[in-house]
Amino acid sequence: MADAEDQVIVGLEVHCQLDTKSKLFCGCSTDYRSDGPNTHVCPICLGLPGAMPSLNKRAIEYAMKVAKALNCEVLNESEFSRKNYFYPDLDKAYQITQYDKPLAEGGYLEIESDEGGERKIRLTRIHVEEDPGRLVHMGNVERGKYSLVDYNRAGIPLIEIVSEPDMRSPREARKFLNKLRATLEYLSVFDSEKEGSLRVDANISIKGHERVEVKNITSYKGVEKALLFEVTRQKNLIRRGQRIERETRHYLEARGVTQSARSKEQEHDYRYFPEPDLRPLRVRSWLDGIVLPELPDARRERFMAEYGCSLNHARTLTGELKLANFFEKVVASDKPGLSPLASTWIADTLIGELNYRDMSLDNVDPAAITGLVLLLKAGTITDKSGVEVLRVILDQLLKGEMAETPDAIVKRLNLAKTAGDTGAITAAIEEAINENPKALEDYRAGKGGALNFLVGQVMKKTRGKADPAELNRMLAEALKKRGA
Amino acid sequence: MADEISFSPDDKYNAFLATCKRAPHGNGKLAGVAVAVKDNITTKGIETTCASKILKGYVPPYDAHVIGLLKAEGAAVVGKTNMDEFGMGTTTENSAFGPTLNPCDTRRVPGGSSGGSAAAVAAGMVRMALGSDTGGSIRCPASFCGIVGLKPSYGRVSRYGLIAYSNSLEQIGPLGKTVTDVSALMGVIAGHDRHDSTSLDKPYNHTPNADIKGLKIGIPQEYFGKGVDPNVADVVKKGIGRLEELGATTVPCSIPSMEYALAAYYVTCTCEASSNLARFDGVRYGPAPDTKKSWHDAYQEVRSAAFGTEVRRRIMLGTFALSSGYYGKYYAKAQVARENIKADFNRIFADVDVIAGPTMPTIAFRLKEKSDPLSMYLADILTVPANLAGIPAISVPCGKSEGMPVGLQIMGRMFEDERVVDVAYAYEQAVN
Ligand SMILES: [Zn+2]
Repeated sequence: MADAEDQVIVGLEVHCQLDTKSKLFCGCSTDYRSDGPNTHVCPICLGLPGAMPSLNKRAIEYAMKVAKALNCEVLNESEFSRKNYFYPDLDKAYQITQYDKPLAEGGYLEIESDEGGERKIRLTRIHVEEDPGRLVHMGNVERGKYSLVDYNRAGIPLIEIVSEPDMRSPREARKFLNKLRATLEYLSVFDSEKEGSLRVDANISIKGHERVEVKNITSYKGVEKALLFEVTRQKNLIRRGQRIERETRHYLEARGVTQSARSKEQEHDYRYFPEPDLRPLRVRSWLDGIVLPELPDARRERFMAEYGCSLNHARTLTGELKLANFFEKVVASDKPGLSPLASTWIADTLIGELNYRDMSLDNVDPAAITGLVLLLKAGTITDKSGVEVLRVILDQLLKGEMAETPDAIVKRLNLAKTAGDTGAITAAIEEAINENPKALEDYRAGKGGALNFLVGQVMKKTRGKADPAELNRMLAEALKKRGA
Repeated sequence: MADEISFSPDDKYNAFLATCKRAPHGNGKLAGVAVAVKDNITTKGIETTCASKILKGYVPPYDAHVIGLLKAEGAAVVGKTNMDEFGMGTTTENSAFGPTLNPCDTRRVPGGSSGGSAAAVAAGMVRMALGSDTGGSIRCPASFCGIVGLKPSYGRVSRYGLIAYSNSLEQIGPLGKTVTDVSALMGVIAGHDRHDSTSLDKPYNHTPNADIKGLKIGIPQEYFGKGVDPNVADVVKKGIGRLEELGATTVPCSIPSMEYALAAYYVTCTCEASSNLARFDGVRYGPAPDTKKSWHDAYQEVRSAAFGTEVRRRIMLGTFALSSGYYGKYYAKAQVARENIKADFNRIFADVDVIAGPTMPTIAFRLKEKSDPLSMYLADILTVPANLAGIPAISVPCGKSEGMPVGLQIMGRMFEDERVVDVAYAYEQAVN
């Protein structure tokens, strides 16, 4: 497929914190987020004079799991290097990272392309490095009186995954990130919910023009937004006949824009050289001992085969480890019976309601969803009532209350379908017609909207309990009787 | 439980930067022995400055691994000794706190960079001392002050807590008046440390043995050639003659790669130093700049003011050599030269057991004699090969020239520290 004239070209550099218990080069705990500044530190991660790094093997194991899962080649010998630069959050004034001998090279990740279908995004390399500390600016970074440094984060293990410029839109970039996140979570090496656990630098260009590096993107949604902003900015410049500068820009999350970095920041010469305090890494043989768990693609295929999920539902459900596990718990008691309804109710309805409330799936008991699906499957409640039950549960959870069971909610709100109870529906139909003579007239005049209006009125009166198919049939009959 | 020794030396030579009036000690192999420690080795609760203004007031919250080992064997750490700032020098004149004087002749330098440690031992203020040797910094002052100093094989002694100057070259090592003391101190500090990834599980449990019958000694022509004071060469040749009398045989040899040794050494150490010393920015250590400037400008200000001339020179050299486009030309090439030097040593050690020659090409310089840096760098020519190759080397006093001590240097195969100690011991026993 030939690229169009204004084809967007995107490559990503993704930094992920590895979810190890201790830091990359010392024994300090990585569980610092709820503690005060500079409480998870020691001579090594403070870079005190004379302290030396000793490598956390677990971090390398984790990185190799990722390399194996992403089909990379682990190099026979890799090595750590020093990246030298001055910044107050960098305690040693160099970062221990990997330069010309990274842990792994090559590999790929498959994403759903914008044209549909799977597409391989090639990877350049994966390397391991230490996170720097963090600055807390007292006021504006330019005009504030001072900044404070917190070294709790210093030395947290990171992997940097560098892709080839294989993505063709901001949307594909987001999909790449989501797929990457899912893969890392399936491998149990990454916790996407920890604040700041992922940071992205993106290279973006329009075909035939210079590329721009956008640094400092710290959220999944931010990547797509930052890149959309850049696409518009760059295309506008081209349209006006201006040149695109090869430059580094920062993404300002709050404003959703990118801003050119000061030229000083672009002139870095990092003076890389091999870290003399660490030995070269010869770990390729460890690969044999690494057993990969089921990964998102395999699980997606299995969800389609085992549960009969549609491709889209399977993609959504397996796109997050927690969601996939949740689904399997919901349907565990009766896979063939519950799966068809559960997949749409979870992938479509539940996700939407959670997003609307900005809630995490963690709060929801899979048993509640099983209960809901059972009620729907038995025809005890209508879809509309099902949504109501779900909303009641989520609202209760949101308030920090114990959620009622779906059965209890149906009983309390009297949501059970009035199927069979034709008397109530008949009465409601008669009432609705009597109260709306204009609708009857319109119906007689052949205006299609009138029937829908009347259905709505009856639904209102029966508070959604009427089975929609049954209602339609009975309403049509009643109207016929009235000579319509 | 812990006893104390009191320590109030009459420090006429400015050997110490800090002393502990009352130093605790325990039981063990070094029970109650006063040990002086070079000021680039981290000591918990005792100011550690590397003889630099930029670390003035820095009191480490932790002990170097070797300090823990000393304490565990009952030694008393009695003070921190003067040195060339961050180890950069051959005279101990490059100290921010004034030069150390040579106890044998106070008009002369004690050598460096571990000059304070050597002077403290030579003057009898302490029985033993720790130094560090990056390109001769233990052996040079041992030679100039007439005492014994050992640079261990790279990896035998943990560097954890040694404030790095050039990580790939340096080792902590012992200084003492006798080979026996040096060997005893080596026995305490050697061994694996999980905090130093470059340390090896090669403990040193050795009692010096003077029997060297049948030993083959390589005599490299480069160690007696151009730049070596003929009087010094004569003294050392006589010393080697004593070893022959004890049953050793000598074999002439050559280390052609020595032509590149100084260049390889100075590129490697300045590159590594430029990175190691970058952390000293006046924020966490040393005098805070009285400035309202932005970070980068403030760093520049404090580093210009607080580092000495030689340190700034080496930082600049190393920064240049590592900058984009020059890495392959300098650092990478220096590492190739190191491999060639290792190969030369391996070739020679296939035929001989040790290599002997002078430690230094001259006797101790007069104060301020080495005012231009290049002539000072040239003085390291006989000591740097051992650091570039990582092999053990010892300096043992072997007579005098112009009334000043001369050191005999014995270099051995990688990890054969015991053998160089034995040869030095044989010599010492024969002449005493
Ligand atoms: Zn730490």
